[in-house]
Amino acid sequence: MTFLFHLGRYALFVRDVFRRPVKHRLLLTQTIKEMDVLGLSSVGIVFIISFFMGAVITLQTAYNIELPFIPKYTVGVAARDSILLEFSSTIVSLILAGKVGSHIASEIGTMRVTEQIDVLDVMGINSAGFLVLPKVLAMIFLLPFLVLISMGIGIIGGWTAGSLTGVVPSNDFIYGIQYAFIPFYIVYSLIKAVVFAFLITTISGYWGYYTTGGSLEVGHSSTRAVVVSSIQILLFNLLLTQLLLA
Amino acid sequence: MIEAVDIYKSFDGKMILDNVSATFKTGHTNLIIGQSGSGKTVLLKTLVGLHEPDSGSVIYDARNFTGMSDQERIDARKEIGMLFQGSALFDSQTVEENVRFPLDIFTDQSLEERRERANACLKRVNLENINHLFPSEISGGMQKRVAIARAIALNPRYLFCDEPNSGLDPKTAIVIDELIQEITQEYNMTTIVNTHDMNSVFAIGENIVFIYEGKKHWEGTSDDIFHSDNQALNDFIFASKFFKKIKEHR
Repeated sequence: MTFLFHLGRYALFVRDVFRRPVKHRLLLTQTIKEMDVLGLSSVGIVFIISFFMGAVITLQTAYNIELPFIPKYTVGVAARDSILLEFSSTIVSLILAGKVGSHIASEIGTMRVTEQIDVLDVMGINSAGFLVLPKVLAMIFLLPFLVLISMGIGIIGGWTAGSLTGVVPSNDFIYGIQYAFIPFYIVYSLIKAVVFAFLITTISGYWGYYTTGGSLEVGHSSTRAVVVSSIQILLFNLLLTQLLLA
Repeated sequence: MIEAVDIYKSFDGKMILDNVSATFKTGHTNLIIGQSGSGKTVLLKTLVGLHEPDSGSVIYDARNFTGMSDQERIDARKEIGMLFQGSALFDSQTVEENVRFPLDIFTDQSLEERRERANACLKRVNLENINHLFPSEISGGMQKRVAIARAIALNPRYLFCDEPNSGLDPKTAIVIDELIQEITQEYNMTTIVNTHDMNSVFAIGENIVFIYEGKKHWEGTSDDIFHSDNQALNDFIFASKFFKKIKEHR
């Protein structure tokens, strides 16, 4: 019953988020601001994680297929496909569900418990839309770019690790990442990024928006936002994989 | 004038407001008083539309606020200013941006005009040269005054104040009370103040509604309080030895 209650209220919340904004110019200004707060501030962590994960994927793949009849470039192929198909979209989104999701839930939750949202409601402003829509648009626009950056950095990380350790020679790795390349994998990843951006922002916004109580409850909302967003990302990852790659 | 007509409101089966009717006059500082948990905050939030009554209606100058469509309510809300207990200023905005916020949303004025209006409102509440500061950088009393400046930015017809003195020292509390009363008369607004501060009751209580266990128990002026034989009201108002002595000496 609790699940159905939250599902129904979430659906109504999303409807309110997408209701016509008071002023389009203001929505644009806020969206640009949110791009900076939510997206651009995440570039650093995406860089670091992608580089090291790319490196680890390459080394683990190489150590697990050390057979004489498997060519070395296969490591490049496997690393590329892992990064493009799964790592850059799903893992980066899971990490951002933690960083961005908790930020959104705690920001909106604090606004709720300090009556700042009531101020908007009293003024007749659609508070759900005013607070959450710019975040949704900002993340939907920026997450695909972060995923693209992650793909590039991940592959550079793999190439660096392979070359420096001598496990995969540079030429083999570069040949591998070009071998049997399917461009749709990038499209598939970007579609997932858009869906995940929507899930992270709306779910976190939902938990923040319906916070009741004080600072302790803001913390609880923040935790729930991260947990629920992460589970939904994994669930939709499964659905989208079946829908787009089957 | 704002009228509450036969308001009932319950939460999870518990009756919070039980058939409350009251009239709040224009140009007066109307007070809703009562002890914690009596239902006065729920009444204020019902009057302002943050809670929907289970039954009954709220009338704003002969317009049925409860029965309005969403769009009509949005239009009506532009005539409402509200001061919240904790000021509820936007943390991420400067003082000037907070006061300018309703103007940014609801007017098509140029930035210069909006800034001019925001400065005029800040000047009216005796605050100058703090435009660039953030709420966390000013005192609680100043935050309340900024919140009042924001509430009057659109020249509202109705002003609601939820415990405006909460957390303030007595001297600052009086300043805020007097400011609310002056602004009410200056703008000829219908002001409703929710309070359990006795200084406010005697200083600015022109029309007082006493709520007890969700019901309206008494209505009158601050002078009438001294002659009331309502036991619940007397227990509430004259709870302290100091106020008991004042009553005895009158």
